Amino acid sequence: MVDYLHPSGFNSFIMPFVLGMTFVLVWCIGGAIRVIYELTPGDRKKFFLSLINPRIMAKNIKEWFCDCLFHVKLWKRNKLLGYMHSSIAFGWFMIIVVGHIEVFLYTPERIHRIWYPIFFRYFVAVTDHTMSGSFFFFLMDFFLLMILSGIILAMLKRAYSLLFGMRRTTRPSLTDLIGLYSLWSIFPLRLLAEGFTADISGGSFLTKTLNHLLHSFYSDPTQALPVWWAYSIALGVFMFILPFSRYMHIPAEILLIPMRNAGIPIRYSRKGISRLQVYSCPGCGVCIDACPLSAAKANIKDATVYLNRQLKRNNKKRIDQISDKCLLCGKCSSVCPVGVEGDKLRIAQRSTRKYNLTPDYSSIDGKQFIPQGSGKILYFAGCMTHLTPAIKRSLVSILEKAGEDYTIMDENGGICCGRPMLMAGRRDAAQQMIEKNTSIIMASGATTLLLSCPICYRIFKENYKLEGIEILHHTEYIKRLISEKRIDISKSDIKFAYHDPCELGRGCGIYEEPRDIIRAAGELLEGTKNGAESICCGGSLGSLSLGDEQRKRLIENALNNLTVASPDAIVTACPLCKNTFKRHSAIPVIDIAEVALQSIEKK
Amino acid sequence: MNKFGFSLSPSSAINLDQVDRTFFNKLTEVEPDALRCMACGSCSATCTAAGYTGMSVRKVLLNLQRGRNEEVRKMLSACMLCGKCTMVCPRGINTRSIILNISKLW
Repeated sequence: MVDYLHPSGFNSFIMPFVLGMTFVLVWCIGGAIRVIYELTPGDRKKFFLSLINPRIMAKNIKEWFCDCLFHVKLWKRNKLLGYMHSSIAFGWFMIIVVGHIEVFLYTPERIHRIWYPIFFRYFVAVTDHTMSGSFFFFLMDFFLLMILSGIILAMLKRAYSLLFGMRRTTRPSLTDLIGLYSLWSIFPLRLLAEGFTADISGGSFLTKTLNHLLHSFYSDPTQALPVWWAYSIALGVFMFILPFSRYMHIPAEILLIPMRNAGIPIRYSRKGISRLQVYSCPGCGVCIDACPLSAAKANIKDATVYLNRQLKRNNKKRIDQISDKCLLCGKCSSVCPVGVEGDKLRIAQRSTRKYNLTPDYSSIDGKQFIPQGSGKILYFAGCMTHLTPAIKRSLVSILEKAGEDYTIMDENGGICCGRPMLMAGRRDAAQQMIEKNTSIIMASGATTLLLSCPICYRIFKENYKLEGIEILHHTEYIKRLISEKRIDISKSDIKFAYHDPCELGRGCGIYEEPRDIIRAAGELLEGTKNGAESICCGGSLGSLSLGDEQRKRLIENALNNLTVASPDAIVTACPLCKNTFKRHSAIPVIDIAEVALQSIEKK
Repeated sequence: MNKFGFSLSPSSAINLDQVDRTFFNKLTEVEPDALRCMACGSCSATCTAAGYTGMSVRKVLLNLQRGRNEEVRKMLSACMLCGKCTMVCPRGINTRSIILNISKLW
């Protein structure tokens, strides 16, 4: 049984909502067209092709549900935080969906009125005595309750964020606050509005109960109109502030997911996918706690969430400061629930910098570096390994013991791999080095390129085109030697704490190989944060402006994280980490190659 | 007259009262650490590019103080920004930042 309470199907209170909704739709469609237009033609084609690829599309659909609605990544971080976000997102989504189903079932001729699913109870009375009627009423009240519980948690989070696993949260901007308060008020007002009319339009456990309560105060149902107005105004305010606040992440993430799955890289500082990532930032502040710079309450305003805010505001000075200070450890990207790549965004900002002096390596003769030997394995130690010769010596001994036919590429000097230059945003200069090194490696006749520095390893993997040459980090190589039984490692009872270098772990996804080697050589201990969340040693070449004094605090923080289980030694797989740690560590800091060699020699 | 392969080279003496230090002064405004360099040469000893290009951060700073900017340009165009000089500096000077700022201000 369906009754039209207001046969015209219109009341002027819907206007704030309709205007806000129209504004948001126009803004978002315009924004999406702009982002797609700003991609390079190749990327654009790749994006459109990905939309008709069933495998990628299935992934998109899964991520739309898991990321946008269920916030699976936040659930994994903290249950309460996950529930808070997913209850609001999924609950709201379901209220909209069920609202549409109701309109479709009961008043299908009015489906084109976009306000109908939202204010259905005001316009239409459906009996709640039938099975289907009471089912929908129950669903609507159930999801409303879910959202309200989420909002109560959100209020609690502002006071006690530690309950939600967050030590520090983002300081909201003015527009964020307006958005926040309007969002918080939408659902209590909806409950109140539906509660007022529940005796006429029908309701369920929440709205009916509230209606009984309200009846003791008022008797005239026309008094409900101001509450419906307030509900609509709250929606309207939220919609109008949405593009200028952090809530822009709601529509932006819907586009970011297919773009990310299409594999579109950041190419420009502000255009295309960079713009999309900036607007997809929900300002949740997970990156603040994650950032190694924010150790001891310093540099909080340099986290990725603030970079995104300054990028929206186009504050050039702060953008430069934030992007130059960053260590580019990539931890913010790995913890980000929406997948904003803070490190790559910063490199893109750096690449806009104008330099009046540009490097020119054309006068360097690459031929002088072509190695004399004809070994199948070409070992490129890299700049940083030359600063920590113990690593090079150990690896060479291991190569000898394995009876490997090897050549050292930069025994008497070589050209930098180019990664530090690339991190400074100077792509052209880095490209010159890449080309020089490529020709040296190709001329050597080797089939395997062995590296002991993760910084080199990453650029060789990502930016070099070395046809037919296998690129190996020494952790992978030693692991292979052990599993092929070409070297014998004896287990001792020394306790090693392993530090994941940023470029090797988060950068190249190598976490298990070094751990396997350590397990073979001794006892493996973990720091409180490890793997994808390991803390940068503080010596990173990524930071351009961080001084020695400021780094000291970061190094100590990283060391404290590693020494919680009181290990005998800290093991790392990066010469830069080793060099940084050993100056401040009370216990020995050694490379994985040294660990392996020591346990071979003991035999 | 016999020529023995010797000639008089122009004097390389630098009169510090007369050199143009405007660029160095401009640099020290943004990079006060440039004044803390004690010219120990650790940076030059470790430099990746030094062996085949003559790059040296120590010389860069000394030359700027002496107003010999042209030599600085040649050296800096070979810098690969690998960061070894920063790692070894006993004064903890952020040499990479100095190099980038010189390139910016040039």
